[in-house]
Amino acid sequence: MIHAEELMKVYQMGDNEVRALDGASFTIEKGEMVSIMGPSGSGKSTLMSIIGCLDAPTGGKYLLDGVAVENLDETQLAEVRGRKIGFIFQQFNLLARTSALENVMLPLTYAGVTGKEREARAMKALERVGLGDRTHHAPSELSGGQQQRVAIARALVNEPAILLADEPTGALDSKTGVEIMDLFQSLHRESGQTVILVTHDAYVARHTERIIRLSDGAIVSDEANLNPIKAGTPRAEE
Amino acid sequence: MLFSENIKIAIRALRANKMRSVLTILGIVIGVATVVALLSIGEGATASITSQIQSGGSNLLTVSPGKQQNMMSGTGQSRQASHMYYDDYQLLERGLASNISAMVPVYQSSYTVKFGGESFNTNIVGVMEDHKDVRSFAIAEGRFITDGDNKSQSLVAVLGDTVARDLFGTLSPIGKTISINGVKFQVAGVLESKGASLGSPDDNIFIPIETGYAKLFGETALYNGRKTVNNILISVETTSAMDTVSAQAEYLIRRSHELAPTDELDFSVQSQADTLETLNSVTQTLTIFLGAIAGISLLVGGIGIMNIMLVTVTERTKEIGLRKAVGATKNQILTQFLIETVTLSLLGGILGILLGVGIALFFSVTGLIGSVITANSILLAFFFALVIGVFFGLYPAFRAANLHPMVALRYE
Ligand SMILES: Nc1ncnc2c1ncn2[C@@H]1O[C@H](COP(=O)(O)OP(=O)(O)OP(=O)(O)O)[C@@H](O)[C@H]1O
Ligand SMILES: [Mg+2]
Repeated sequence: MIHAEELMKVYQMGDNEVRALDGASFTIEKGEMVSIMGPSGSGKSTLMSIIGCLDAPTGGKYLLDGVAVENLDETQLAEVRGRKIGFIFQQFNLLARTSALENVMLPLTYAGVTGKEREARAMKALERVGLGDRTHHAPSELSGGQQQRVAIARALVNEPAILLADEPTGALDSKTGVEIMDLFQSLHRESGQTVILVTHDAYVARHTERIIRLSDGAIVSDEANLNPIKAGTPRAEE
Repeated sequence: MLFSENIKIAIRALRANKMRSVLTILGIVIGVATVVALLSIGEGATASITSQIQSGGSNLLTVSPGKQQNMMSGTGQSRQASHMYYDDYQLLERGLASNISAMVPVYQSSYTVKFGGESFNTNIVGVMEDHKDVRSFAIAEGRFITDGDNKSQSLVAVLGDTVARDLFGTLSPIGKTISINGVKFQVAGVLESKGASLGSPDDNIFIPIETGYAKLFGETALYNGRKTVNNILISVETTSAMDTVSAQAEYLIRRSHELAPTDELDFSVQSQADTLETLNSVTQTLTIFLGAIAGISLLVGGIGIMNIMLVTVTERTKEIGLRKAVGATKNQILTQFLIETVTLSLLGGILGILLGVGIALFFSVTGLIGSVITANSILLAFFFALVIGVFFGLYPAFRAANLHPMVALRYE
């Protein structure tokens, strides 16, 4: 369960202060599939990095499964990032000159999984995203959509309870975007993972069950989407 | 995270920037090579000096002109000011009666030697028959200079091993006529090689000393009309008698040179042990000096590695951010970069050891300086490289480990 209260993130830029987050409060239950929308600069990425324990808020309270994240030390934070959360970055952030398989094995390595088991689990994650035949390709030998899938496989491999995706379809064409959404939906359906994704695209957002809208670091709307689109069904007239 | 995994990451990163990696470790390579070569050559020099002392007869006293014969302070001035005379030799012959097994004068000078088309400068040594025993020479072919040669002032010569080969190649030199400074000498014998040791006879040509004074050395061997010698070698019967004989010789020459008791000696009586000590102190000074240079080279190499590792950490900021985002702890990042630096410096160390061993082998194979490669010197060099890797790797590794994951991920 994710519980945020009056989250603040203030950057001091000389004399100005930039309020990237300005009192955002919300709760996301285990197993929900949520999208976060909002104009550029509204604080979506900032919020995701706080939820993903990559950054700390400058004010407010953030509880992850009932634990106040601010009380965790460096090692505990590393463990949370590695095992509880799967983060999918907008820029993929794959390691160059490193095969898809090795990229996916990375979180397992830091979680202490070794040898055959590590390889088998990474293989399984790659097959899950439909890349079972590209395991030895380096990122530079993969298409954008394939790289995004490797990044998703890497986020999945430790079977984290929470999947965070910052604009996972932003860099892809609409057909590949739909395939990625299909993947998220099936992950959510089959393993009951909490999925939170950031998107600019209202059509993508309508694939989720709940849509949170941010503006200037504050939540302006938080609504349920009772009839989420099932990925792959023909796109209706906008 | 497994150690082997870190090594793999390190090697991948180093291979991605091959040229840079090579240039980075150059300092370490040079430093370590210097350490290894230095220790091997130092060891070799000590060994060859010691073995020469033993092969040259351990109970040998050398009387030479000039003050204490020390390479560092034996300036030309003090040598020129004083002379040893053939008279001094005769005086000692008469005055030193007991405990002496042999005593010989030596006069040497450099001249041009010719045979057929070959011509070069080498050391011509005027000697007596006993010289062979005093210096423990072995004859390879023919015979050594005899008392008869000296009496009749015969024009005969005995060649050192290198000279014989340079002049005659595979031909037998015995009976051939060579020209020394235009004077014809007949080759009577060839010495066995004593190797590349200090004072080896290999580069010398031996002639009867009397022949030399009469027909070759000319005016240069005279001082105020008296025949001079370079030194007088005294072979003492027993080690225990060395001090007594040395004191007697000093007393006799002091009197003949008319030195007042307060005057400084204008000559020296040195045993092989004294020479060894002097040489060792010279070797030691050189070793310390070159060691300091090697140390500086290692230090500079270490700083070079640190510099490149800092650049690497900056370049790979995004990678570090990502590793942290997928669960890497501070310690794991620290270890990764530390291992990368150590891999770099150990690589430099290994290449340096190979280069150092190569240099040492080159010196001993070409006969310039003998060298002995010891396991100790290699271990020491390896240890140095390791310490440098750890020491200069810590700071960049800490920089990497302390990066904030979000700041690192957003780094452009
Ligand atoms: N390190 C920083 N220092 C100063 N200001 C920052 C920093 N990071 C983010 N900001 C500011 O915080 C605000 C929110 O940034 P954020 O990246 O969260 O926006 P976003 O909603 O993800 O935008 P986009 O849709 O363009 O990705 C922006 O105004 C940005 O300039
Ligand atoms: Mg963003």
